[in-house]
Amino acid sequence: MEHFLSMGGYGPYIWSAYGFGAVVALWNIWSALHLQREALERARRRLAMGRSEENDHGTR
Amino acid sequence: MGKDVGTWTWFHKLASPPHFYRIAGRMIPWFAVPAAILIVASTYGGLVMAPADYQQKDAFRIIYVHVPAAWLSLMCYMTMASAAAVGLIWRIKLAHALAAASAPIGASFTLVTLVAGSLWGKPMWGTWWTWDARLTSELILLFLYLGYMALRSAFDDLTRADRASAVLALVGVVNVPIIHFSVVWWNSLHQGSTVLRKGGPAMPAEMLWPLLVGALGYTFLYAALACIRVRGEVLIRERNASWLKELEAA
Repeated sequence: MEHFLSMGGYGPYIWSAYGFGAVVALWNIWSALHLQREALERARRRLAMGRSEENDHGTR
Repeated sequence: MGKDVGTWTWFHKLASPPHFYRIAGRMIPWFAVPAAILIVASTYGGLVMAPADYQQKDAFRIIYVHVPAAWLSLMCYMTMASAAAVGLIWRIKLAHALAAASAPIGASFTLVTLVAGSLWGKPMWGTWWTWDARLTSELILLFLYLGYMALRSAFDDLTRADRASAVLALVGVVNVPIIHFSVVWWNSLHQGSTVLRKGGPAMPAEMLWPLLVGALGYTFLYAALACIRVRGEVLIRERNASWLKELEAA
């Protein structure tokens, strides 16, 4: 196991690269779901208000 | 009215936001599950099954992050630019939605490409960074994605944001072949193509398959993420449409 983790001395570089890749992949999943939920929530609120106000600039 | 009617109804149906919203939602698991399986298989193959490289030893295993991420960074840009072109020419909101959905995904994986490359460069080249043609053009790709997103956020009006950013995305396409051929056109420190080269891949099978599986996995990951994001973008664009009421019922 220790032999595997050390990766012939390149462990810190290899695990940092894989770790960063994993973090970015997870961020992507979170961020996509967040955007979708936020947009859905805003659409719901707008429908509830009976689309009277046009003050929402979309914030994008 | 000819025999094409069937095809066109299908196309118009798909291009209609409520229909597309539903289809994209249904497609998510079909992209996400294969993505997870393929990426796990590629990681296992790259870290455990592939033998150490005779020159680069174990450090070469970073390519299983670096190369699929680089593939995604370029594939995503081409998708974004194509969608932007369709949006500009035919004024299809859905195409703009796909372009806008692609940018953050592409930007983040361009960053992964650069960081993983840098983590490989330090032990192999002795430096984290060098102003080499391949590295510089990939960095420009990151700036194109960031510029695209910054330009979008500078407009209050979504239609104008879509059109202006689409022009930027199209201009930036010039950079894509530059990235790909940079190792051929310039005397680059970055190694040449190992997979997409004349005479087939210069790599033994047990090193190659995790790389190809990884690239396929990242492609599925992009598709899954784009499906989720594009639904959000459609909702933002359709916020006054009557079909949203049906959504409430569902």
